[in-house]
Amino acid sequence: MKYAVDNNGYYGKFGGAYVPEILHKNVSELQERYLTIMQDSAFQKELNQLLHDYVGRPTSLYFATRLSQFVGAKVYLKREDLCHTGAHKLNNALGQILLAKHMGKTRIVAETGAGQHGVATATVCALMNMECVVYMGETDVKRQYLNVQRMYMLGAKVVPVTSGNKTLKDATNEAIRDWTCNPKDTFYIIGSVVGPHPYPDMVARFQAVISEEIMWQLQQHENTSYPDYVIACVGGGSNAAGSFYHFLEHDSVKLIAAEAAGLGVDTNESAATIHLGREGILHGSKTLIMQTDDGQIVEPYSISAGLDYPGIGPMHAFLAESGRAQVYAITDDEALQAALQLTRLEGIIPAIESSHALVVLAKHSFKPNDVIVLTVSGRGDKDMETYCNRLTF
Amino acid sequence: MDRIASLFATKKNRIISVYFTAGFPQLHDTVTIIKELAHQGVDMIEIGIPYSDPMADGPVIQHSSQQALENGMSQKLLFEQLATIRQEVSIPLVFMGYLNTIMQFGFERFCQQAAHIGIDGLIIPDIPLDVYVKEYKTIVEQYGLKFILLITPETTEERIRQIDAVSSGFVYMVSSAATTGSQQSFDTEKQAYFQRIAEMKLQNPTLVGFGVSNNSTYEAACTYANGAIIGSEFIKQLQKQSSISLAVSTLVSTIKGS
Repeated sequence: MKYAVDNNGYYGKFGGAYVPEILHKNVSELQERYLTIMQDSAFQKELNQLLHDYVGRPTSLYFATRLSQFVGAKVYLKREDLCHTGAHKLNNALGQILLAKHMGKTRIVAETGAGQHGVATATVCALMNMECVVYMGETDVKRQYLNVQRMYMLGAKVVPVTSGNKTLKDATNEAIRDWTCNPKDTFYIIGSVVGPHPYPDMVARFQAVISEEIMWQLQQHENTSYPDYVIACVGGGSNAAGSFYHFLEHDSVKLIAAEAAGLGVDTNESAATIHLGREGILHGSKTLIMQTDDGQIVEPYSISAGLDYPGIGPMHAFLAESGRAQVYAITDDEALQAALQLTRLEGIIPAIESSHALVVLAKHSFKPNDVIVLTVSGRGDKDMETYCNRLTF
Repeated sequence: MDRIASLFATKKNRIISVYFTAGFPQLHDTVTIIKELAHQGVDMIEIGIPYSDPMADGPVIQHSSQQALENGMSQKLLFEQLATIRQEVSIPLVFMGYLNTIMQFGFERFCQQAAHIGIDGLIIPDIPLDVYVKEYKTIVEQYGLKFILLITPETTEERIRQIDAVSSGFVYMVSSAATTGSQQSFDTEKQAYFQRIAEMKLQNPTLVGFGVSNNSTYEAACTYANGAIIGSEFIKQLQKQSSISLAVSTLVSTIKGS
């Protein structure tokens, strides 16, 4: 297993658990127990049942005829946008809350940027009747009014974070602090493949259902489980981790990640962490980070609130460094145009995050017989205001 | 004998160590604050290196770090400000910072320069025990620096022994499983924890930090440990008082209860 996490929680030189002593017990308890619980048959049965009945899995693998004609290759869309609550985020939130229950925790904390992970967490907390506290940067609370209202309606407490830049990274700091202060009863549900070990691996495993389904679904369509390409967008990288997971060790499947270039990688307004980041430590993990020469974390920019995280999951840092994955940096404008194009060709309004992945279809050169699977990580309902403001319909 | 060891050798109890964030409230207050603390009888000083994302700190210190960065503080500037600090003060000086900024400066270069200007020890809370032993211990020791590790009420006895074996200078006893900030008094649960540690008779001296803000918490700390570390309360005084000198004298009298 070349690309799996090692026993110490590293992907190559990335990953690990750089946590203060105060968090040691919580993190090591989770490190010791997550695999055992996840592999327990009763746990799996409950999770699979809920993924099927509640989330709406399997999500379809849709052969996009008109898009394929445009690209000049066979394009399948993995429709995570069809999940309950509108994105792949629920796969992970559901998995982690079941794990929290098995560990005897009664209170859930989470961070959220755009609000999708916050909504997913609030949703499963309502389902499981658990107390839910979501930390969200004050700036994001203002920007994502409707998602905040959804969380309130679901019964969650939303705490606006006023420290730092008042966005996702600051919300993450506060969620970690809360967990630190309430180590006994609280479980911290991280929304992406970031944070200290075991979070990157645990979240990747909960999202791996995406590639697990792709394999048997593609078998039905193409008589092979292995596409030539898998394409996904990366912010922290959870939908990409899930889409890549079962293909990591199969070198014939080329992996492409699309990160957010914002206004462009040459501008100061970008979130292209793999292109622009340097090795460092953020939120307990050694990974590529957007930072100043002096090691202060830089606030990234992207039109997509789900992709503007200053770090990247350590697995993706390793996949990029080792050459296993190719990484494109996609600008706001390119993503917007791709969103409109998919909408007009296939009648699917994608999330602005997913639209970054769609741009790869035009940027990369494919052969006519190439089989491409592209994950549409979420639906575009939440982005309608952006689309209205920036596109001419 | 090094400065930290000789402090604990000559003063067994009631040690006061004060934390401040370099570059706060004003960019060039660093040396003035150090001199004033030493002048007014503080035993040891922790110089905080500001970081944008200080995971182990509470809101007061976090805010001071943000302000210091806005003021223009950097690792390079801090070394410049402290270049001749040993001509001014003789009490132990310890750096407290986060791994990311130190990594970017270069860990070895950081240790080398710290030792060169007369810094005695390092507190880097996001370097866990195993990583310290594997990756950093040799470098830290090569430059003659002490490395102070933390223990918390959640730390098991076995792990406390491991930390005590690796830690040098002293062991930092975190008062509660919470990030820094003031508490009016230490409850019986915390005092029981202090006592449990005291009875373990660690090879290192211990100082209680996190939540020491007044005479009651200081006295409780001194009952079981060699003294206390005060952070947030000093930052608050720096914000409140009209001069650094007044902030220090108010802090010292608040803590000593005089």
